[in-house]
Amino acid sequence: MEIAGQNPDIISARDLGLVACNRCAKVWPAGTQTCARCGSRIVARDTKSLQRVWALWLVGLMCYVPANVYPMLRTRTLLSVQEDTIVGGAIELVHHGAIGIAIIILVASVVIPLAKFMAIAFLAISVTRVSTVSKHQRQRLYEVVEYIGRWSMIDIFVVAILSSLVQLNTLAAINPGRASLFFALSVIFTMLSAQAFDSRMIWDLQTKPEGSSAND
Amino acid sequence: MAPIPLDEMIVCPHCDAAYRLARPGPGERAVCQRCGTALITPRRKAGVQIIAVSLAVVILIIAATVFPFLSINAAGASNSVSILDAALAFSDGPLIALSLTTAALIIFVPLARVLLAIYVLVPIVMDRPPARGAAQAFRLSEALRPWSMAEIFAIGCAVALIKISDLADVTFGPAFWMFAVLVVLVVVQDNFLCRWSVWKSLDKTQTS
Repeated sequence: MEIAGQNPDIISARDLGLVACNRCAKVWPAGTQTCARCGSRIVARDTKSLQRVWALWLVGLMCYVPANVYPMLRTRTLLSVQEDTIVGGAIELVHHGAIGIAIIILVASVVIPLAKFMAIAFLAISVTRVSTVSKHQRQRLYEVVEYIGRWSMIDIFVVAILSSLVQLNTLAAINPGRASLFFALSVIFTMLSAQAFDSRMIWDLQTKPEGSSAND
Repeated sequence: MAPIPLDEMIVCPHCDAAYRLARPGPGERAVCQRCGTALITPRRKAGVQIIAVSLAVVILIIAATVFPFLSINAAGASNSVSILDAALAFSDGPLIALSLTTAALIIFVPLARVLLAIYVLVPIVMDRPPARGAAQAFRLSEALRPWSMAEIFAIGCAVALIKISDLADVTFGPAFWMFAVLVVLVVVQDNFLCRWSVWKSLDKTQTS
């Protein structure tokens, strides 16, 4: 690795009177609106970004409620029809002794989505005030949220595979429930919310001089 | 700091740190010192390798959607599905929207991304001027990146198979193995690509 500016005082492009394209990393003078190389819209700091983050976050959270209330899977066998919510299905697995799979399902579809909501909320709040959590940790948290967000779709794919495969005429059939639609929407909106967050803001407030007030 | 020509600078897209450009050699990486984001990751012959892998992915995606993917057998009843069947499982009422979304995430977005990569990279590798709309094409390909979920679908398969393995016999069709290879190739294709180098070559040929 060799990159210039080895000194610890790393200067941000904005302080140099420059603005960089977030898509293709081309550097332009401050005030440039559109990147002439790739055509992306350029803003030094996306000031409206937090509003978008919160709006998408809220929609995602609202979709997450019906995703847990409605049944995710509808299993029909010769003798019975059973409808399982996400948590109900996991409890059912515990009764059958499959505690390992139950834990995986609970982590993937309950713990991780809730942790994601909290992480995005924390990041969005932390950039508006002086945070006690270091900028490196918050950058890491943002990367984890962006990385893990897509993986929540795994639930939807499991339902898709199960309900297309298990169609054995009269013997047994698995069909998707209404919760699957809400769960997918919740995942998509949280992904959009995380993408709307301008991670450059994490580094901005921290680089302000020590004495300056937090609300300038 | 003395003014540096803008072409001699690079700015980290994640934390806005500005650096004087220093091109790493093949195999080396330029990493943002503040937040650790990889900025430039050049590879020797990356263009040709990516095109080759992309062509393989196109063929595998088309084949994997057509051939049988999984089949199930329980007490004399059996059922066989393709990947497209699995993606289109949400077929009643409003769930049809979900069907289209899953089909896009598993099949069409990965396919679009490799086709766009071929379209952008072939002229670059052949030292021709960039294809018409190459910048828009590459921008679209990058925007679609988080929505390409073939590898997540693969893990989903594993979970689903564990869930039903004690209820029924599951057999893997040819598409299953094609899909397994395809997932690896999609990840390889994505990791070989140095975005900065692609943008640089699209830029150089435009101005000269």
